[in-house]
Amino acid sequence: MPTPLLSVRDLVIEFPTRHGPLTAVDGVSFDLAAGEVLGVVGESGAGKSLTGSAIIGLLDPPGHIASGEIYLKGKRIDNLRAEDMRAIRGRHIGMVFQDPLTSLNPLYTIADQLIETIRTHLRLSEREARQRAIGLLDDVGIPAASRRIDDYPHQFSGGMRQRVVIALALAAEPELVIADEPTTALDVSVQAQIIDVLKEQCTQHGASVILITHDMGVIAETADRVAVMYSGRIAEIGPVREIIQNAKHPYTSGLMGSIPTLAQEEDRLVQIPGSMPRLSDIPPGCPFNPRCEKVFDKCRVQRPSLIPVENRQVACWLYEDTGTSEVAT
Amino acid sequence: MSKVAAKAATPLLQVSDLSCVFDVSKPWLNRLIEREPKQFLRAVDNVSFEIRKGETLALVGESGSGKSTIAKMLVGLLDPSEGTILFDGEPMITHSSDRMTELRKRFQMIFQSPYASLNPRWKVADVIAEPMIVLGVEKDSAKIQARVDELLDLVSLSAADGSKFPHEFSGGQRQRIAIARALSSSPEFIVCDEPTSALDVSVQAQILNLMRDLQDQLGLTYLFISHDLSVVRHMANRIGVLYLGALVEISDSKELFRAPQHPYTRMLLDAVPDLEMTGRKRKEVEGEIPNPINPPSGCTFHPRCPFANERCRREVPRWTRTKTGVAACHGVEESRIPETEMAR
Amino acid sequence: MEAVSNFLASDLFYRFRKSPVAVLAFIVTALLVLSALFAPWIAPQNPFDPGSLNLMNGFSEPGKPNQFTGETFMLGTDDQGRDVFSTILYGLRISLFVGFSAVMFAMVLGSVLGLIAGYTGGRTDTIIMRIADIQLTFPAILVALLIFGIAKGITPPSYRDEVAIWVLILAIGLSDWVQFARVVRGATLVERNKEYVQAAKLIGRKPMAIMLKHILPNTLGPVLVIATISLALAIIAEATLSFLGVGAPPTQPSLGTLIRIGQGFLFSGEYWILLYPAGTLLALALSVNLLGDWLRDALNPKLK
Repeated sequence: MPTPLLSVRDLVIEFPTRHGPLTAVDGVSFDLAAGEVLGVVGESGAGKSLTGSAIIGLLDPPGHIASGEIYLKGKRIDNLRAEDMRAIRGRHIGMVFQDPLTSLNPLYTIADQLIETIRTHLRLSEREARQRAIGLLDDVGIPAASRRIDDYPHQFSGGMRQRVVIALALAAEPELVIADEPTTALDVSVQAQIIDVLKEQCTQHGASVILITHDMGVIAETADRVAVMYSGRIAEIGPVREIIQNAKHPYTSGLMGSIPTLAQEEDRLVQIPGSMPRLSDIPPGCPFNPRCEKVFDKCRVQRPSLIPVENRQVACWLYEDTGTSEVAT
Repeated sequence: MSKVAAKAATPLLQVSDLSCVFDVSKPWLNRLIEREPKQFLRAVDNVSFEIRKGETLALVGESGSGKSTIAKMLVGLLDPSEGTILFDGEPMITHSSDRMTELRKRFQMIFQSPYASLNPRWKVADVIAEPMIVLGVEKDSAKIQARVDELLDLVSLSAADGSKFPHEFSGGQRQRIAIARALSSSPEFIVCDEPTSALDVSVQAQILNLMRDLQDQLGLTYLFISHDLSVVRHMANRIGVLYLGALVEISDSKELFRAPQHPYTRMLLDAVPDLEMTGRKRKEVEGEIPNPINPPSGCTFHPRCPFANERCRREVPRWTRTKTGVAACHGVEESRIPETEMAR
Repeated sequence: MEAVSNFLASDLFYRFRKSPVAVLAFIVTALLVLSALFAPWIAPQNPFDPGSLNLMNGFSEPGKPNQFTGETFMLGTDDQGRDVFSTILYGLRISLFVGFSAVMFAMVLGSVLGLIAGYTGGRTDTIIMRIADIQLTFPAILVALLIFGIAKGITPPSYRDEVAIWVLILAIGLSDWVQFARVVRGATLVERNKEYVQAAKLIGRKPMAIMLKHILPNTLGPVLVIATISLALAIIAEATLSFLGVGAPPTQPSLGTLIRIGQGFLFSGEYWILLYPAGTLLALALSVNLLGDWLRDALNPKLK
């Protein structure tokens, strides 16, 4: 098996507090192959954004990686010095955030920012870099790119700005793009455009994508595989289609049932009782056990690790003995 | 009961030609120096609709569609620039404070943010009791206490939660508290302004289910405002679609999803992600919402509409009866828009 | 009891315990305030009761027996034979009383005006805040001097000493309301648009009730910070006015008055008459100020 592009091993992220450290991400492991789109889905506080921030080395203090390793192309990157990490960001890992204005500096034109990023990472002359920048803007669907490149971020609409951010993320041909809620701040009609551009451009540039979102619909349309996170842990990870159509983990199936869809005719939505525990009182055993319909004794004491079931992995004791065979429900 | 029966024919809420214009001009001195005229934003433009007793009307729209402005005008938080609102046959805006208090007992609102909608310095019981006390529904403090406990129970919280402060609750629980407050004066009509858009999906399901149960139990009438069509489908009997402050289509909920008429409605439906993975390709939607200060001429949707022609650019469309409801579209009126393939 | 245990468990108290500067500043402030409160019981003599003074004790050096009477004074005596330690304790009383009252006055006035300006908006807001802006263009001490001068002009001379303290409070308070008004107005503008205020408007609550019951409690955090920092400034302002001779009368000397009296003896060698009151003033102003700075950081974690 070839080395995966990105490999996260037992990642633990903690926040120190006066009552002892809070574990926001607890033992997250996954691999990402070259060219793959991995969706990371979960509700607020599930640790999905923190995982993304940890990979690009932008965890906000006092949060920090307490243990675990992150490898990019087989090279460990979680313990790099700040300046070495800065060289990796942009060149090897690009970023798209929820709010385009966190990636764009309002005081500089789009040209300034694109050309600077390109020339920091690639050996190109000013002219060549500008040509490349215009090409990138053209690719992400900015009309009249050669003219608009000299505009400032505030002169673009929300959707156009997010396109510029995608161009900026891809400017230095990174192997990996981390997109954290790239469409959440946009209107429904614009969301679809941005998702299309993101996916199409990343495919064209051969970049893998980690798409972090709370919106299962976006994942369904974009990702190859999906990791469902709950209370800082991965509950289930596997191919998107199978997880959406036939979820194994009780949390995943509850989550899928609770999403209202256009096709649905029923009056009531499936609801999971309660809410995700606060970081300060995650129950022992499986963190989902107080809300789970299929809970049994073992769930309350012992924490399940990811168990391979068919071609996916599920952190649930229901599948302990079944191994890779189907469980009767 | 007889009063209800007599009025059964009249809709609970009648909104006619409602408009709201905001003055968004720069300060006087800037205008003088830069020689700019005053600027106005028509946030809501000639909107008319009715809500019948016991039904849920949903208003959907994207940012700038004026949906929250309409909600504010309906509950008296904002004065309309033009138009009338009749609540159970009576005008909503009255200068007699006694009449106004009587009216205020009958409608309430649930807000978008469960974090900003509860005063952080007030205990939950005080938050819930406030409408009851201020509107004079209940005066005896023991009865108020009993009613607060009952309301907490109704939204699946415990009576002991009344003595806690809002920050001790999760987003979903706070929204339950907000619902309990809205029910405190026993209203008939509740305006719900994106009540679940700040919540996670699994919690959203709980709140939507709760709101439907309460509607059945208490015979409530809802105006439900949302940008999320799948949520709206789940909640509404009838749906109005807003674009740039104007209603473009009103239709029965099921019909709207089966056979949307207005091109904008179709576009919105196309933009909803396909969770069933039926392989339906989302249609690429052209362009973005224009600046509402300078809306396009004629039909405001024409720059993004695949069916637009010269008439659409020139003339503001009027209401046309459709097979499923009403729509404001020249194309629908001239029947030159192809039947949809929206059969789901 | 519950309130006390809640406070001891709160984040605020935790942050306080973790900050040595804040703890030290608190101890110094508490010691000074307590000794001012209990001055009549702590002070060896009442320095303003002529009967308890002995002119022979004049200019006693600190800690040394007086050459005529053999009495020892910890911090020495002044020309009249007044015990400097006692004068400091009584002076602290006046300084703290004036400072505290002036801040309370400024706080109430500023908060009310800020609340009205922020909530009503429009012309009322413009008028209140323009007055505040204009006042800010003059140094506070100048405003206080002006008010003091006017007040002096309209009170008959026989009452002057009696009303001097109150005039002082009025003058300092009026020169200080602006920052309370600005802070409360800013917080009100934020709170006014929150949905809980809309919910209160919806049921027809009157503006007065919304301002006092809903908005005001949510602006108290920053007000408390400003009040603490203002207290230090008010004490210094009082000292400055008294030093200039327009503040507390000689019959009720504050720390500032004591410093003014003491500076006359600095070059004749009786340094203690100036030094100890000045040191006390410095300790008081500094510790209150540090406490205010700490409180500001503790209540606004984003600044860290």
